Amino acid sequence: MIPELGHFALIVALMLALVQGVLPIVGAHRGNATLMAVARPAAHGQFVFVLLAFAALAYSFLVNDFSVENVARNSYSKLPEIYRFTATWGSHEGSLLLWTLTLSGWTLAVTVFSRHLPEDMAARVIGVMGLVSVGFLAFMLFTSNPFLRLTPAVPEGNDMNPLLQDPGMVIHPPMLYMGYVGFSVAFAFAVAALLSGKLDAAWARWSRPWTTVAWMFLTIGIALGSWWAYYELGWGGWWFWDPTENASFMPWLAGTALIHSLAVTEKRGAFKTWTVLLAITAFSLSLLGTFLVRSGVLSSVHAFATDPGRGVFILAFLGVVIGGSLLLYAWRAPRLASGGSFTWFSREALLLGNNVFLMAAMGTVLLGTLYPLFMDAMGLGKISVGPPYFNAVFIPLMTPVLFLAAIGPLTRWKGDDLPALALRMKWAFAVALVTAALLPLTLDGMNLWASLGLFLALWILFGVLTGFIERLKHSQGGLLAKLASLPRGFWGMQVAHAGLAVVVIGATVVSNYEAHRDVRMNIGDHVDLAGYRFLFLGTQPVEGPNYSSMRGSVEVFRNERKVATVYPEKRRYHASGMVMTEAGIDYGVFRDVYVSLGEPLSDTEWVVQVYYKPFVGWLWGGAFLLALGGALAASDRRYRIALRRETEAAAARAQGARA
Amino acid sequence: MKPRHKKLLAIALSVAGLGVAVALILNAFQNNLVFFFSPSQVMRGEAPIDRTFRIGGMVEEGSVKREADGLTVRFVVTDTAHTMPVVYKGVLPDLFKEGKGVVAEGRLGPDGLFTATQVLAKHDENYMPPEAAHAIEQAQKAQQTVVRP
Repeated sequence: MIPELGHFALIVALMLALVQGVLPIVGAHRGNATLMAVARPAAHGQFVFVLLAFAALAYSFLVNDFSVENVARNSYSKLPEIYRFTATWGSHEGSLLLWTLTLSGWTLAVTVFSRHLPEDMAARVIGVMGLVSVGFLAFMLFTSNPFLRLTPAVPEGNDMNPLLQDPGMVIHPPMLYMGYVGFSVAFAFAVAALLSGKLDAAWARWSRPWTTVAWMFLTIGIALGSWWAYYELGWGGWWFWDPTENASFMPWLAGTALIHSLAVTEKRGAFKTWTVLLAITAFSLSLLGTFLVRSGVLSSVHAFATDPGRGVFILAFLGVVIGGSLLLYAWRAPRLASGGSFTWFSREALLLGNNVFLMAAMGTVLLGTLYPLFMDAMGLGKISVGPPYFNAVFIPLMTPVLFLAAIGPLTRWKGDDLPALALRMKWAFAVALVTAALLPLTLDGMNLWASLGLFLALWILFGVLTGFIERLKHSQGGLLAKLASLPRGFWGMQVAHAGLAVVVIGATVVSNYEAHRDVRMNIGDHVDLAGYRFLFLGTQPVEGPNYSSMRGSVEVFRNERKVATVYPEKRRYHASGMVMTEAGIDYGVFRDVYVSLGEPLSDTEWVVQVYYKPFVGWLWGGAFLLALGGALAASDRRYRIALRRETEAAAARAQGARA
Repeated sequence: MKPRHKKLLAIALSVAGLGVAVALILNAFQNNLVFFFSPSQVMRGEAPIDRTFRIGGMVEEGSVKREADGLTVRFVVTDTAHTMPVVYKGVLPDLFKEGKGVVAEGRLGPDGLFTATQVLAKHDENYMPPEAAHAIEQAQKAQQTVVRP
């Protein structure tokens, strides 16, 4: 009964989404206030019914209703409760439902925080989001119904993919989807602006916090995915340039460009049409990401949903959304006047440089991801594009972006003086350069790549420092009071840039100085690596709730002193028979030591993999700072003040209309 | 700066960025595209000797042998028509099994032995790597056409 209710709720939600997508847009076009007023209640109703459907599916998973095909395929009665709940979005169908729930959640947020918008703008934005929702609800109902019954019901489920039975995977998809879907708000604002022809600084100010929050979630989602791959896949890699990773990284790059371009549009009124194009691109790439991961076109480690038939629907949907919005763009954008002028050395120009390189980097990732698919589809042979390509292309393209990130915030709008800036930054430049050149000598001898990465990171950090010093010079009072008085937008930018530097340090150090050995070990054997000694104490059988495991104990010594004991495992999951490696990791600020079990060679002897990973944690620490920067920037006072002012103005307008 | 100059600057920057990107891509593409060949194709001499490529198929039953060091593994990849010996030093992925699909990346030696640098893991027990499935399908098609006339 409950699954049928869920199915029914989805149908109602589709009807409401249709209403929400059509009537308000027609109303805004005709200036009909009654039709426009439909937007909010329809969006609220849609949210309630999508939530009901989601609750129904989650309930079916929690009570082990194996008469539902989705539950039977993706859950297992002995699965711990938390994973039974997260199995709700572990499958293709369930993840689409989560996508749709996230979308209607974002729409709900827009209805709540859009009271200050002109009525026609709000109606169009909510309407466009309704149309996107129609696409996803229809996709689910016609090709991927999560509530399909299985007759006869089976007594036991197939179990969730063991790789996904992990705390990281519990929050990774919701975070990623919050990011993906969050860009739909920026997209809806862009399309609404194109429809209305009103594209001004106010528009940029409205969509900016939404975009920043979406970007923040996407950052967290990608970082969690990377962290999960690091500890779960058992070989200590943190980024593989795998197509599914690329699928989430491309919207992130476009979103990063969009955040910077929106800043120019808000402050200076320039780059308007470019900003709109970026908003469309960021969301299109989010859809493309969903398509790549969910249609089974990829032969990647992540492709656990395989059904090409569904791909056709997503492809058509993708065509309509991207093609439609680009047509609208081609038709409307030339009419939009471009704003303020600037010189070749100004904050605008540097941000333009940031955008050009970020989008070029995005393009190379796109090419490397889609080219093999294209070749395969054309029957031109099977090829793969591996990490060497991406590293060779991506690093040189990001180098100027990182370089500019240090000086962009120090440069004035409209035009600045390059020699003067060079003078301001000469010490920072010299110190960063010398430190970066000497640091590798103390570690492992000359290493140009390590020096380049370290230089860029230090350069950005000095840029951040200079930014604070120069801002504080002009204010009065104690240091803490001065720091507290700086606007959150400023803090957000600086924290995020510092986070970027931290990520670069982590990536540079771990890529250049990590060490690894595969060794055959018997009880009592030891191996030395990077100043650490690993002593293998053998394995013991351990029973988990839905798996049996061989758990190894490895003691880690440094200078004859024990620093940690780690417990790598080899698990065998009962329902699927899948064997999984669980790494044993000792986390540290400046290094992780990482041990995983290979294959058993005899009862007591194993192939053991030991890794030394310096600074690897900085990758995720930096990503956290990036996200924190986003949160700070989005909570800047000026959005709230403008919000209050505009809400009052809107109320006054409504009053005036009634009087 | 006049709007016309601004536009020119934008265009110049874009062209420069694009040019750099294209140059990097073409260079990196040429060096890093990894092609896929089935054991049958390798037999016919279609695979390159001097560069890295991928092979795929099934791990032949009973072919997995471990050398005394415990790390070096020898096995045979088959597409049901032809076979190919592979040697790999390192830890095999959890899902590597006799009779299951496999994809390996590496180089072909003059003696016909494929030295793998990477054996690819897949997430799902029942999931055949598409390349491996393709190789077997092609080989079976080829066999049928031989048998039938």
